[in-house]
Amino acid sequence: MTAIETSALKPADRPRRRGINLEKWGWIYMRASGVVLIVLIFGHLFMNLMVGDGVKAIDFGFVGGKWADPFWQWWDVLMLWLALIHGANGMRTIVNDYTNPGVVQKVLKGALFAAAAVLIILGTLVVFTFEPCPVGAPADLLPSFCAA
Amino acid sequence: MPETSAGTLTTPAKPAKQKPGGTLYRGREGMWSWVLHRITGVAIFFFLLVHILDTALVRVSPEAYNAVIGTYQTPIMGLGEVALVGAIVFHAFNGLRIILVDFWSWATRHQKVLFWIVIALWVVTMLAFTPRHLINVFSH
Repeated sequence: MTAIETSALKPADRPRRRGINLEKWGWIYMRASGVVLIVLIFGHLFMNLMVGDGVKAIDFGFVGGKWADPFWQWWDVLMLWLALIHGANGMRTIVNDYTNPGVVQKVLKGALFAAAAVLIILGTLVVFTFEPCPVGAPADLLPSFCAA
Repeated sequence: MPETSAGTLTTPAKPAKQKPGGTLYRGREGMWSWVLHRITGVAIFFFLLVHILDTALVRVSPEAYNAVIGTYQTPIMGLGEVALVGAIVFHAFNGLRIILVDFWSWATRHQKVLFWIVIALWVVTMLAFTPRHLINVFSH
């Protein structure tokens, strides 16, 4: 009996891995979140940079006025979650491309995960615990509705 | 000596057939859209990290937030915002191109033409954004 053919199986013959395919869902997430992010970020840029005096109008009172409306709170929180996960996952792809498996790769991916987790928690807390009329702050820095 | 070092990288056994532009992707629209998507993506990611931290200052005090957001309104940062929006708009439109190429066989065959459509849409969007933004930054 001579040697059996090289044992490299074609992809189709390879036994299917059990369980959910995380890389597939990551691929789907990048596309699904990307489409939503275009709407959220273009809307964000239009409201903050194009309307009125644009970037010149942004201050504490501007943010307070926006987040007085739950619509913009949820807009920004959704943008925060989708964008950070999209960005961190994209960076993970780049780390996979330019590093070999090992300590460096683990550290880089750990840093990406930590940065995304910390900023998602921080940002969500900031949006939902925001105090538009802090006691003792000068009235001219606050949104106009604080005077009432 | 770039020529020599580049020469040592090529495998001698391979036929000298693969030159830039000689493949489907290398050196052509597909490669440049990939390169630009990466560079803009990384740039946007690092801006996002900073932007969440500066916005979080609203939780510290109105004075702290206003001090930092004031730096976004300077001429230099105003130009930086044009670059940032340019990166975002390219990443957005090219991302849509990627989705089309993935899911629609016509788009897969015409990915080169779609790249130039992305560039055209980018130019149109930036023509709408840049003058208005720069007027805001440089007036008042």
